[in-house]
Parts: sequence; C-alpha cells; structure tokens
Amino acid sequence: MNSPIDTSGESALDGSAAAGPFADVFAGDVSAAVVTCGGCRSSAVFAEQHAYLGAPGTVLRCPGCDHVLARLVQTPTEVWLDLSGSSSWRFPL
Amino acid sequence: MAIFTRGFGGRRDPDAVALPPGQHLTEGFPVLSAGPTQYVEPEDWSFTLTTETDEKQTWSWDDLMNLPSEDVEVDIHCVTRWSKLKSRWRGVPVDAFFEDSESEADYVMAHSYGGYTTNLPLEDLLDGKAWVVHEYDDGPIPAEHGGPVRLLVPHLYFWKSAKWLSGFTMMTGDEPGFWEGFGYHNYGDPWREERYAGD
Repeated sequence: MNSPIDTSGESALDGSAAAGPFADVFAGDVSAAVVTCGGCRSSAVFAEQHAYLGAPGTVLRCPGCDHVLARLVQTPTEVWLDLSGSSSWRFPL
Repeated sequence: MAIFTRGFGGRRDPDAVALPPGQHLTEGFPVLSAGPTQYVEPEDWSFTLTTETDEKQTWSWDDLMNLPSEDVEVDIHCVTRWSKLKSRWRGVPVDAFFEDSESEADYVMAHSYGGYTTNLPLEDLLDGKAWVVHEYDDGPIPAEHGGPVRLLVPHLYFWKSAKWLSGFTMMTGDEPGFWEGFGYHNYGDPWREERYAGD
C-alpha cells in the first residue's frame, strides 16, 4: 500500500485527503459530491468529511457522529468499496 | 553461466534482522486508526467477556490491576509494511480471562471503544501468545496507541491487536471483523504475508 501514513495523535484528515483513491474508482473527482450519513442523516461534501488513511484501508467518517460512511481498500488485484454507511451520494453535473 | 552465486559462503551481517517478507524497519511508532482516537479514563474502562450463550463477565481497571501482569518485549508487524522491533509492553496474558469461562467456542471477536472489531481463533490468544496490555515503554499506553488498554497479538499483523479494547465475544463459528470482511486477510500471519483476502 502506498497510502500516506498519518503519524499525528489526531488521525482524522479532511475528506480531500481521501479524494484520490475514490476518484480512481468513480473515474472522476469526488470532492464536491454531497454525501449523506446513514447514521445521523446529515449531509456534507466529500471534502468536509473525516478521512482516515492507511488504517490500514481508507475510511471516510461523518464529522458529526463518526459513523463510517465509506471504506475503500486497494489490494494488488482489486479495489473494495463499501458505501453501506452512507444513504446517498449526490454528484453535481 | 555463473557457477557461484554472489555472496556464496560469505558471512552474515551479525546485525541483520529477520523480518517478515515485504516489511521494513521503523524506529518510530506510526499511529494508524480506522476512526477517531478514543479517550477512555481508566476508571471508566471495563472489559466484558461475552460467551456464546450470552453469559457476561466484566473486569474493571482495578480488577485488571489485580490480575498478574508480566513484561513483554515483542516485535510488531503492521500490514502497511512497517515493523517495530523489541516493543516493550506490560499486561495480563489473555489466558487469565478464560480461567472461569465455560465457553466452548473456538473463535473470538475483539471489540473496541469506538466500534472497531477484529476476529481471532481462540487458540491464537491462549498459551501465552497474546496479552491485554496496559503499559507501553514503562508508562501508560498513550490514547493514540490504544490506551488505556489494548490487545497485543504480536504473531499476527498489528490490526489484530485491537486498540481501546472493551471486550471479547465468543463465537462458535468464525466471522469477519471490521477489516477481515473487507479486503484484508482473515488470519493475518505476517510470516506468510497474509495481507489481503486470497493471499
């Protein structure tokens, strides 16, 4: 894995830090996509969500309730994507 | 065609360290978490063992302190490819928590404050192979490294050593935890390089 490793005590980064691997899957920029939390139903753009990298996979969490919105794992042969914690993703056209 | 390979018959570097395949040494201690750091005061911490018949046994911090602890110096290996040698911990062998258990289940789901889970065969936790640790480097375990109490299973990749440990649930069948069900290997032996599902 080549994910950047956060070595600070507080490991949450803003969602922009996770935009790269998600963009690879969605074949486009996800930073402006509006993600709605499946836990507390609050919505925010991807870039404002909380990201945890190299954990060992990538985890996107709701900044309001810490609910897992999405997980992404890249193995040598596959990309795994879990969006089950988010109720919707809205992409501006 | 060369008859002799380079280094044939040469002396080994006495300082060379055997690492699992694909790992590199680190002198630091990277902080990797799937979620926010959990800040649990020792007086608020507890550990609950739940059997497959839903019987529960709970230990408080004081209970933990009254169990026999031992010093442990082990190498740890993270699936993100760093290894740290001779990390020093103090804690209670997991065996102590099963002395009065009537569970007959063979698998354990370890739970953390914050919701993280990781699954292990029970046999990998017993016979002195794993500890419930409460000290690192002669002091309290920093919260970012899983304090006040974390699991230590050094013979498996470090994602199995759950931070902010809150309990074990016994399972009659194996079920995947947070990462095991999502791309990472179910067992995670670093010496067999079991990083990902299918390795």
